[in-house]
Amino acid sequence: MTNLAPAPAIQATALQKRYGRVEALAGLTMTVERGEVFGFLGPNGAGKTTTVKLLLGLARPTAGSASLLGAPIGDLETRRRVGYLPELFRYQPWLRAREVVDLHADLMGFPHAGRKAAIADTLELVGLADRARDLVGTFSKGMQQRLGLGVALFGRPELVFLDEPTSALDPLGRVDVRAIIRTIRDRGAAVFLNSHLLTEVELVCDRVAIVAKGKVVSEGPLDDVLGAPEVAIRVTGLEPSALPELESFGTAALDGDRLTLRGMDLERVPDLVASLVKRGCRIQAVDAGRRSLEERFIDLVGGEGREPGAAA
Amino acid sequence: MITIARLTIGEAARKKVLWVLVILAVLAVALTGWGVERLVTTARAEGVEELQVRLGVSQVLIFIAFMFGFVLAMTAAFMGSPAIAQDLESGVALALLARPLRRSSFLLGRWLGLLVVTVGYAIGSAALAMAVVGLISGYLPPRPWIPITFLAAQAVVLLTLTLALSTKLPPIGGGAVAVVAYGLAWLAGVLGGVGRAFNADALIAISNATRYILPTDGLWRGVVYGLEPSFIFAVVGDNEFAQTNPFFASSPPPGGFIAWCVLWVAVVLGLAIVAMRRREL
Repeated sequence: MTNLAPAPAIQATALQKRYGRVEALAGLTMTVERGEVFGFLGPNGAGKTTTVKLLLGLARPTAGSASLLGAPIGDLETRRRVGYLPELFRYQPWLRAREVVDLHADLMGFPHAGRKAAIADTLELVGLADRARDLVGTFSKGMQQRLGLGVALFGRPELVFLDEPTSALDPLGRVDVRAIIRTIRDRGAAVFLNSHLLTEVELVCDRVAIVAKGKVVSEGPLDDVLGAPEVAIRVTGLEPSALPELESFGTAALDGDRLTLRGMDLERVPDLVASLVKRGCRIQAVDAGRRSLEERFIDLVGGEGREPGAAA
Repeated sequence: MITIARLTIGEAARKKVLWVLVILAVLAVALTGWGVERLVTTARAEGVEELQVRLGVSQVLIFIAFMFGFVLAMTAAFMGSPAIAQDLESGVALALLARPLRRSSFLLGRWLGLLVVTVGYAIGSAALAMAVVGLISGYLPPRPWIPITFLAAQAVVLLTLTLALSTKLPPIGGGAVAVVAYGLAWLAGVLGGVGRAFNADALIAISNATRYILPTDGLWRGVVYGLEPSFIFAVVGDNEFAQTNPFFASSPPPGGFIAWCVLWVAVVLGLAIVAMRRREL
């Protein structure tokens, strides 16, 4: 009976949520393993925040089931081992930063011995060490989000939910948050990252799920979700009739002067360039690599539910 | 629950609500003391009987208690009203309730914290006012703890109502509804007195029903009874028209009514817990 693998950090089966006639979540099934950074992506209204609230017991599912760290959702004891930064982050403006963390330490039953040092460490981690004694009401939005991150990370939780954790941060703050997420992962905790910022997700996540209309449309390791590599070449002098001859390299498409080849072995890029030059084409630029997460995201969710700039 | 109660008391202190209340109470007591001193000095200088002086002071005390009861009701209503609703609206509750904290503990913690502040304020201010008046005039109600207890109970009832409304209504909404309900309950009490004097059964029935739906007016009668000097009951007795006066009570609220008040608070708190549990965040 030894060496039993720990239960997944999150396991959701056919999780459903309706608000009257509106189906916010239409049977979500997914697994987040321990120690991984899991990116949860989707257009506005796809059900991302609803999912987080259901998993944390802040809202009740209409149907389906889920567990956190092996316990059914809503289990109070499990919440001691879970951290949460809400999308709508607000903390008592009349408390000092260290008092906010101390309040959460009280609520999670963190022992008094060593608490002061743990609070100081947490505030140091999120870059608020020098503001520990200041009232939250005097903080900028970005600083409040950093404080929320500190609250979520306090007590070394085994699972951390971060709902749009950099929405109020400047570029430097975003870099800091990415470093913090990697630190959490290095400690062995799982991170459920709900974000619109696809670049951010691409940079830190081990696995991602893309949701649309309350359902997962793609889930897996980042490499799998992004799909086969793609080569884009800016080329002049290439006739569309020549495309079938390029199919040996990959699936070819020509859009103006942009030639793309999907599913191509990147080792063969020089051969492709040589072949084009041989045909009398002039090569302006070559971009060999995978599609970005943003392109994949747009492929999967199409235009539905997107707002201008939402998937930046 | 205790953590949330401590948080609530700390909030009242940090937001300076507590200190504003204390300063207002001290100012009100100082003005009351000055007024009573002038009244007593003038009356005695003009040779008014000591019994009459005491009767006059007791009536002044009742008017002051009425005003103070109203202030206390407003305080309870507007402290209780945003206690839950504001946390839910602003998102503060999201981070708190994701912790190992039952929603019932959150609500009861809020209630307990506000109870300590409101009841503490009621007891402190009322005791101070009576002590000052007693020192100046020589008159103290026969059992001063009775009016103080009923004043505090009135605040607890309103506080519980506003907190329950706060689980459903926006921050200002709950307070406004509670204050209007408090006014209507008082009015129903006055109409009930008129009904008794003129044997109007419908008015009496409405008044009695209101007293059970929101028991603040019944508790107010307890305050009045506690502030009256003992000799007034012998003088007025069961005079029907005296009963129409909302500033006179010939008897304390019956034990059954007091038990109902306790039950009322428990039931309303229970309903608030159910509403809080059902609330989607």
